[in-house]
Amino acid sequence: MVQVDNLGRILEEHPFAEGLDQALKDVMIGCAANERFEAGQFLFREGGDAKKFYLIRSGVVAVEVHAPGRPPLMVETVGDGGVLGWSWLVPPHKWAFDARAQTLVRALSFDATCLTRKMESDPALGYQVMKRFVPVMAHRLHAARMQMFDLYGPAKKG
Amino acid sequence: MNVAMQAQADPMDIRPFRIEKIRKELADSFTMELVPEGGGSFSFKPGQFNMLYTFGAGEVPISISGDPSDSSKIVHTIRRVGAVTQAIGNLSEGMAVGIRGPFGKPWPVEEAFGSDLVILAGGLGLAPLRPAIYMALANRHRFGKVVLLYGSRSPSEILFPKELEKWRGRFDTKVRVTVDRAEPGWGGHVGVVTKLVKGAGFDPMHTTAFVCGPEIMMRYGIQALEQAGIDRSGIYVSMERNMKCGIGLCGHCQWGAPFVCKDGPVFRFDEVADAFTVREL
Repeated sequence: MVQVDNLGRILEEHPFAEGLDQALKDVMIGCAANERFEAGQFLFREGGDAKKFYLIRSGVVAVEVHAPGRPPLMVETVGDGGVLGWSWLVPPHKWAFDARAQTLVRALSFDATCLTRKMESDPALGYQVMKRFVPVMAHRLHAARMQMFDLYGPAKKG
Repeated sequence: MNVAMQAQADPMDIRPFRIEKIRKELADSFTMELVPEGGGSFSFKPGQFNMLYTFGAGEVPISISGDPSDSSKIVHTIRRVGAVTQAIGNLSEGMAVGIRGPFGKPWPVEEAFGSDLVILAGGLGLAPLRPAIYMALANRHRFGKVVLLYGSRSPSEILFPKELEKWRGRFDTKVRVTVDRAEPGWGGHVGVVTKLVKGAGFDPMHTTAFVCGPEIMMRYGIQALEQAGIDRSGIYVSMERNMKCGIGLCGHCQWGAPFVCKDGPVFRFDEVADAFTVREL
């Protein structure tokens, strides 16, 4: 019980929980776990089953792409208050990138199977969770497009 | 005689300056310190630009990137992107360039006294903002929070890294830097510069923002500032257009009704917002 209370308090402090009903928070907490990753440790690897998502409490996670014969490329960092991972929502539910702790990371993780089952049976919860994930996905898509533009390149010759 | 005074008397008159120092900044960019041939001083305001001339290649408008409180020299940070900037980049210390200026409307640093100040820069756009940063930090007690948000392609393409570290080391200034992509070893943010706006800790109701970088970066940067609650009348941008005469005569830099050289390059965003998204301009 103490453990559940602690998780509830941790969720309460995260921006993801803003505006979420207490009853829905309680349902979510039933699928949550408190996790800690040392710097350098992987939270997940590309191609692995996306069975979780993470609410970052503290620390920085680097989202990386790796290719043979060259160092991995960091394409994004997710820090305090961030949401990491949405592949659990989209078939085939495989991670598209590596996520590596850049510093000591404390995060709340959510079991996707558990949460998906609860979302299916409770549309209000499903709607609230999706309402929070769609902006995350939209921001990531927007950011990826901006990175494709080469925002900082020279505009013209002179 | 004060060189700036002379320039005002005859803005088409090119004056010779000697290259005192050249410093490589990035693979394609360098900074030049210039002093007037025969002595004298040079005054300017943050955000203003000069027309730099080199024999046989032509003239090009370049923002001043030095400290406005130091009138003994002019500092320009230049990217080699075209024939004139390539030619200037091939000059050596001790050689001369011609200068007309300073021209243009400056960053309204003094008007921003009393508010929080957000400086949002991308790539080489940090260079035209550096004089405003110098002036703001010299008058630090006149501002609320001072926040510098800077984005670059990669860690090796960060402009003025030592100064960014120095400014970040101050206890009264927040400096956040991000890159589009990085390799292991980089301990900072990775992601677009707009991501830095959220959580930067300024009071949007009492904030003035200066934005400079490639135009597309400014468009998205301004969106992020507006989403954070800053009114567009509190946002200033520095525009870059094909400036030729520098004094509003030739019309090369006309951007709708305004001339960038004369009415800008610094504009209050609400005065130019409509033109910002017109493709044909």
